[in-house]
Amino acid sequence: MGRAAALPEWRANLATIAALMARSRNELLRVPGAAIPGVLAPTIFFLGLNGVFGALTQLNGFEVGAYESFVVPVSMLQGAGFTGAAAGVNLARDIEGGWVDRLLVSPAPRWVLLAGTVLSASTRALIPATFVFAIALPLGAGWPGIDGLFVTYLMVAAMAAVAACWGSALALRFKSQSAAPLMQAGMMALVFTTTAYAPLALLQPWLRTVAEVNPVTEVIEAARQGFVGAVTWPGTWPGIVALFGLLLVLGAWALREMRRTAR
Amino acid sequence: MAANLRVVRALGMRSIRQTFRRPQLMAPIVVFPTLLLAVQTGGAGSAVDLPGFPPVQGFLQFMLAGAMMQSLMLAGNSGGIAFAVDIEMGFTDRLFAAPIPRFTIVLGRLAGTAALGLFSALWFLAIGLLFGAEIHSGVAGALIAVVLVTATAMAVGGIGAAIALRSGSASVVQGLFPLVLVVLFLSSAFFPLDLMIQPAKAIAEYNPFSFIAEGVRNPIIADIDATDLLYALLSIAGIVVLGLVLSARALRHRLKVG
Repeated sequence: MGRAAALPEWRANLATIAALMARSRNELLRVPGAAIPGVLAPTIFFLGLNGVFGALTQLNGFEVGAYESFVVPVSMLQGAGFTGAAAGVNLARDIEGGWVDRLLVSPAPRWVLLAGTVLSASTRALIPATFVFAIALPLGAGWPGIDGLFVTYLMVAAMAAVAACWGSALALRFKSQSAAPLMQAGMMALVFTTTAYAPLALLQPWLRTVAEVNPVTEVIEAARQGFVGAVTWPGTWPGIVALFGLLLVLGAWALREMRRTAR
Repeated sequence: MAANLRVVRALGMRSIRQTFRRPQLMAPIVVFPTLLLAVQTGGAGSAVDLPGFPPVQGFLQFMLAGAMMQSLMLAGNSGGIAFAVDIEMGFTDRLFAAPIPRFTIVLGRLAGTAALGLFSALWFLAIGLLFGAEIHSGVAGALIAVVLVTATAMAVGGIGAAIALRSGSASVVQGLFPLVLVVLFLSSAFFPLDLMIQPAKAIAEYNPFSFIAEGVRNPIIADIDATDLLYALLSIAGIVVLGLVLSARALRHRLKVG
């Protein structure tokens, strides 16, 4: 206790975030089965979308040779969305169990408590992403190169953070695990109302309009670059800006809900 | 007989009320399939231009059957979850102690699942009509689709009930959710069989849910075909028999272990 009090504020905050991340890691190590749905769902979607919609590459305007290459970053980002939303469900469970009440009476700043949840989700999202990627390679997805892989994983980690902010805000607003379908459906809608299934030109007009304004389209395009061509800065920065914007908005909302809960 | 029917009706009404009161049970049945219907129709709608795609008014018309299939499978899963919750909370134990035949307990639950199936069929037909899809075979075709979807929901609910009885755990039944997606992706629910990629195509050819999907889809996109209808009914019958056998065995097990 005395040692903690002697720490400078920034170090105490870092220690709190690390402790919350360690708690999340322990949950994963103690109940590994809990990670299975988060890994299975994007993998099933990846295999299913290939089996079902693989023939779409025969359409004029579909410039990609293998549908696996086109859709693998989508499944990796979908896994990130699921993992982030699951962080929201876990937070709701902790609210129901009274654990969050105890955190809120601690002297830790609210943003630190939120950062612990969000960063845990970002780290966890690498598991389903890696699993889907490992399945996709032998099935025919192209090797994205080191730079392509780095950009994809960056997008995955940040997308999980976005989803965790969304899930946390809803968990703090509804204070119940019953909000879980809303957390998952919101992320599903955000990821799939993009160029997830086909290039922009081949989408139906209404979806094309939605995809053009959906910031996650830029994220998917950035994550997809290495799989379907070369990685470029003009192809990457819009994704980074989109994620930064989403993090800013949803993070602010989650923080507001946390402060409201504390009151 | 009349007393048994009253029990089934009372338990069925309870399960219907329970389902419609709990948004967490309704949401997956309506929200996810509707969302997926929208994004698949918008995202893969150009597929109707592929050589070999059956003549349809639009991809939405083709996809309605897929959405109904997904919804009814989730309804079966949700019914199983609700049944498992009843077991966890001890409600089923009280029913076992009551002077009513055991099969009425399962049938009552399945009535609720069938109601969900009916709701899902009507919901997606309404969505389709609202967004411009035509039901090619008219009212008769719509009725066939509704009956097939309701019956399949009940049949799938039988398997969900068997798993609930066997495991007695809602989380185990909930864990079957990914399997629902596997079964559907390995069927012709979302895409014409001839245009699917191997090995999914080979599996879909023998998947009973492909026959049911075709049976539901046929009257929506074409004239009623007796062969498609017969295959769908036989597939549903097969799933019903499987559900009955599994439920009977699971019920015996539940009565033994308490």
